[in-house]
Amino acid sequence: MVRLMVDAPAAGSDENAVDAFLEGGQQSLRHAPGPYFGTYGGRWMPESLIAALDELEDTFEKAKADPAFTAQIAELNRNYSGRPSLLTEARRFAEHAGGVRIFLKREDLNHTGSHKINNVLGQALLAKRMGKTRIIAETGAGQHGVASATAAALMGLECVVYMGAEDCRRQALNVARMELLGATVIPVTNGSQTLKDAINEALRDWVANVGNTHYLLGTAAGAHPFPAMVRYFHEVIGEEARAQILDQTGRLPDAVCACIGGGSNAIGIFHGFLDDPAVKIYGFEAGGDGVETGRHAATITLGKPGVLHGARSYLMQDDDGQTIESHSISAGLDYPGVGPEHSHLADIGRVSYEPITDSEAMEAFRLLCRTEGIIPAIESAHALAGAIKVGQRLAAAGKTSGDASEKIVIVNLSGRGDKDVATAAEWFNLLDTDSPEAEIAKEGEQL
Amino acid sequence: MSTAESGTDPDTTRRPASKSAAAIDRARAQGRAALIGYLPAGYPSVEDTIAAGIALAENGADLIEIGIPYSDPVMDGPAIQAATTEALAKGFHVRQVFDVVAGITSRTDAAVLVMTYWNPVMRMGVDEFSRRLAEAGGAGLITPDLIPDEASEWLAASDKYGLDRVFLVAPSSSPERMRRTVEASRGFVYAVSIMGVTGARTSVSAAAKDVVAAAHAAGAERVCVGLGVSNADHVREIAAYADGVIVGTALVAAIRDGGVDAVASLTKDLGTGLGKEEA
Repeated sequence: MVRLMVDAPAAGSDENAVDAFLEGGQQSLRHAPGPYFGTYGGRWMPESLIAALDELEDTFEKAKADPAFTAQIAELNRNYSGRPSLLTEARRFAEHAGGVRIFLKREDLNHTGSHKINNVLGQALLAKRMGKTRIIAETGAGQHGVASATAAALMGLECVVYMGAEDCRRQALNVARMELLGATVIPVTNGSQTLKDAINEALRDWVANVGNTHYLLGTAAGAHPFPAMVRYFHEVIGEEARAQILDQTGRLPDAVCACIGGGSNAIGIFHGFLDDPAVKIYGFEAGGDGVETGRHAATITLGKPGVLHGARSYLMQDDDGQTIESHSISAGLDYPGVGPEHSHLADIGRVSYEPITDSEAMEAFRLLCRTEGIIPAIESAHALAGAIKVGQRLAAAGKTSGDASEKIVIVNLSGRGDKDVATAAEWFNLLDTDSPEAEIAKEGEQL
Repeated sequence: MSTAESGTDPDTTRRPASKSAAAIDRARAQGRAALIGYLPAGYPSVEDTIAAGIALAENGADLIEIGIPYSDPVMDGPAIQAATTEALAKGFHVRQVFDVVAGITSRTDAAVLVMTYWNPVMRMGVDEFSRRLAEAGGAGLITPDLIPDEASEWLAASDKYGLDRVFLVAPSSSPERMRRTVEASRGFVYAVSIMGVTGARTSVSAAAKDVVAAAHAAGAERVCVGLGVSNADHVREIAAYADGVIVGTALVAAIRDGGVDAVASLTKDLGTGLGKEEA
């Protein structure tokens, strides 16, 4: 069992560990049902919420087995979200990744602009099945909040979104989007006023209003059944990608790359390939200013197992077990925890997790804009930066230069970058210093 | 029943009697419910917490609950959050809770429990934390985000060091969960009076009486009620049917606004409501 460390990049021993694991006749890693993933997961939650988690688990299990429910999901995916999302080959971008072939899974083309829609539609349907009339959600940058408000509007549910006060200020336009969609946004002023505090506040609301309220958690973390359930609604990403790559190239990819905050887009695409031993799988965490600076969100790379928000998983914490605040240019990856299934996949060596710094992510962001005409979310740019490294390693491992072009890498492009334009413009000094846009960017606004 | 009846249980020599149960039973022998007061450790300072704990005991509290400040207190309302956030900002460390416990148990007869979210215990190591708590004279742990289903390490450590394990039951607990939680508990069972977080409320929830009745029916010998209990009238209402009454936010407000003296006078006042005569 090898866990990837920062000072021991993935190329050597970890890949051997993956091979050893897969050759060891392991059972299928797909459809892991929870509540435990190895020693991770579970229900580290107040007793007051256990009955609601039981009800949710029961409703979810029955819904999965109900053809009417799966048909409803399929119909919404097709005619509302716009699925299947495309698989686009990025030929000019790939020239910078050792010359391997790179394919982008285009979750950025979904309605609301990211993978988040898959999960919110599923959970909102479950809320209705439970007879709940109100959903609550947490949000960091606002993407999950906007998706939740969207699902609530579509299905006629009341929606309340908790958002750190600091994030509300930086993301005023996303607050307006949620309000346009009919949601109420509540700024959270306690603790560090960030995503983790928004989750705390949503949990407090849930305890008090659990009779009529479903907590629509936005990532594959939290207490059982959330990690397995959120993954279920995102499995469509991996299933589509697997079929599409077989269709377009006639074979499976050599590697699959995704970014990891809580890890929902990643677990969704990984799921399609977990049982394909030849496919290497990579999760890229937010390295912030660099893991050596302490200002990062590289939970698996540098965290230690602990419990937060209902699950045992890797966690950024100090020697006292207090949660450490995370840092990343990408609000969507700026979370000190990670989904428990990822912790397990890290421990058994099936997935390699590596940090990508803000600078590396922004270089990949600019590269994709200029080579493919696609503006990615900064979250997804972490996966793109990782894919460049993976592509270069694959090319270096080939015997002749022609070998690289035989290699295939899929990147989950989890979201579009419209929301990140002001951040990117400031990063690249594209704004006149006295322009109104520069003023907005100084405030951290993401358009 | 998991609680050893002192003097009558043949097990007492092998298994230490529950300090919390003994404290509740002393109150019961006086024809009243027990008073349990909560204080967050390190607020406004470690010395103040010890002084306030002693004042609690000297003015009528039978048990004292010392909270460990934690970065993500999902079961706490604004008043306790503000206090624990301040304690952390002033540099409180988890190990100082043992100084607080020892500081109070060395000066009073009150049973002193620690109330803690689980991650700090897990980080120190469940066995190590338990050993140090027992050494400090602590009675046990109240665990708001640990359910018996996840508590195997704690069940073992609490047995090893003779500590009470106070789990919570709620208005939403099914009869089956109520039974399992009561079975896993030692000392007393903490009945959450309302679906919500800590904080002062104008009246006691009607659900409280039902939760206590359900816990008693599930076999609990001692059931104490907490959440939203803030004055002598609330205490009087709950003392009529529960074995103990837990006051938190009101004491935090007292130490915030009036220091140790205010804690002493509030405790005295709360104690006037403990009588069982109305039961």
